[in-house]
Amino acid sequence: MDIKAYIILSLTLFTIGIIGVLVRRNAIIIFMCIELMLNAVNLLLVAFSKMHAASEAAKASPSFASDAQIFVFFIMVVAAAEVSVGLAIIVMLYRNTHSVDVNFLNRLKN
Amino acid sequence: MNITTILFILLSAMAAGSAIMMLLNKNPVKSILWLIVVFFAISGHYVLLNAQFLAVVNIIVYAGAIMVLFLFVVMLMNLNADSEPAKNYRLHLIGVISGGSLLLVLVSALMKMEMQQPVQMKIGDAGLIANLGRTLFTDYVVPFEISSVLFLSAMVGAVVIGKKD
Repeated sequence: MDIKAYIILSLTLFTIGIIGVLVRRNAIIIFMCIELMLNAVNLLLVAFSKMHAASEAAKASPSFASDAQIFVFFIMVVAAAEVSVGLAIIVMLYRNTHSVDVNFLNRLKN
Repeated sequence: MNITTILFILLSAMAAGSAIMMLLNKNPVKSILWLIVVFFAISGHYVLLNAQFLAVVNIIVYAGAIMVLFLFVVMLMNLNADSEPAKNYRLHLIGVISGGSLLLVLVSALMKMEMQQPVQMKIGDAGLIANLGRTLFTDYVVPFEISSVLFLSAMVGAVVIGKKD
């Protein structure tokens, strides 16, 4: 496969995530769209690492492809920590307002 | 058209279609289930790229842990389809148009580029557990330990935020 196919696939998933953040008002759905965007970036990183492994430059630096996948692993680690804190914030929001609608969060507006 | 191309197209269609279904569904529980389908499709892509470690970790961490956490929270809150308030179609249209034009600009800029770089499929040992483990525990052992501190602080933060006061 050409790298362009992977770039287009990742762009599509990332744009779907952006549209979800813009359109939906449920805080949990917005959070899930952010996860989708993170996954699109992960997929692109892995595809680029395999592109490097197929190229001529891989002979000089064979460990670069593994480095990229370690990077993806750390993104997953940070995403897991982020989800635990974010869901705790959403639960607290629900407990205070009895809703997960983000439009209620306009106290800082004025 | 060989089997790799067919699998790539199938998994891509599965990922994009499920992501769109996730957005269109009004029920949050169904949205979460569609997102799990997206994560399985992305894991299939990892297997196709021979990144076996990341494929397994993606299923365990995302589809197994994070999405179950989401499901727990949604079911604890007892959200149903009509919890979403009356929608504003004009804002929906603006969001879809701006996102679509972003995609259009990026893809057209990509298509201008005359680059032909193949991606190594099904072979290559960069994504095997042996290589990744060696890299993780030699070159990246300090970030690995720091991430454990990050997890500890995230755990403490979640408890402190979620505590009833």
